[in-house]
Amino acid sequence: MRTILSALTLFALWLLMSGIYKPLIVWLGLASAVIAVLVVRRMDIIDGHRLSIPLKPLKFITYLAWLMKEIAVSNIAVTKLILSPKMGLRQHLFRVPNTQRSELAATIYANSITLTPGTITVEIDRDAFWVHAANFDESDHGALADMDSRVTATETGRR
Amino acid sequence: MTLLIDILSWACIIGGSFFMVVSAIGIVRFPDFWSRLHAASVGDSGGMILLIAGMCLQSGLTLITVKLIAIGIFLFITGPTATHAVANAALVTGWRPKTGKGLIAEENIPYGDAKPTRQGR
Repeated sequence: MRTILSALTLFALWLLMSGIYKPLIVWLGLASAVIAVLVVRRMDIIDGHRLSIPLKPLKFITYLAWLMKEIAVSNIAVTKLILSPKMGLRQHLFRVPNTQRSELAATIYANSITLTPGTITVEIDRDAFWVHAANFDESDHGALADMDSRVTATETGRR
Repeated sequence: MTLLIDILSWACIIGGSFFMVVSAIGIVRFPDFWSRLHAASVGDSGGMILLIAGMCLQSGLTLITVKLIAIGIFLFITGPTATHAVANAALVTGWRPKTGKGLIAEENIPYGDAKPTRQGR
């Protein structure tokens, strides 16, 4: 069952990528999808590893929308910083505690910090990140804690 | 309708190009390694998203849009990962950012015993 599903998914991906729908080409695409899945199946990988995504889909999508807004806001802030005649840089490297249970959610949090211009995740401790800010402000601690709780809210209980 | 889409997509493309140029200016103007990373991430996030959105609007509902969205998703993940890798490499080799005016550097920064091979500027 999983074999057929993965072959169909591969074929759908092939259809999306190719854009040439002559019968011969489509058959070749279908054949390559099936052969790829058969090879993987013979390698005994297909049922061994299960990918689990411990996130709530709807909450994650609202989080992405919120993240886009944050990226826009901080983009404008850093643009002002670059274009201002006297660059008021105030660099700081500081600890930011994180509360995610799963590694995936922690990765999403760390990447979200780096994705918003002005802050970069530099190093990961056991229960905290080291974040470097170009223009540190005392309110940054609160803003990052807010982002942290939003990422944690997208998690399900599973690990 | 096509006019509206054209205006929207050109607004996105021009906005994205603006952020790319600003990002390049920032890389030249900023004083040291750490702040230059921040300037680079402006083009990485805002510029990239706006440019891809503008190109999607230009191509309409075609397979090209599907591919553009796939590229966008990959860049959305790999961009910050690459920035993090560069910053982390700097920290491991012992480069330290300057601490801004009125701020006290935090204690127990990892790799505190690393000897800088060359001072970061």
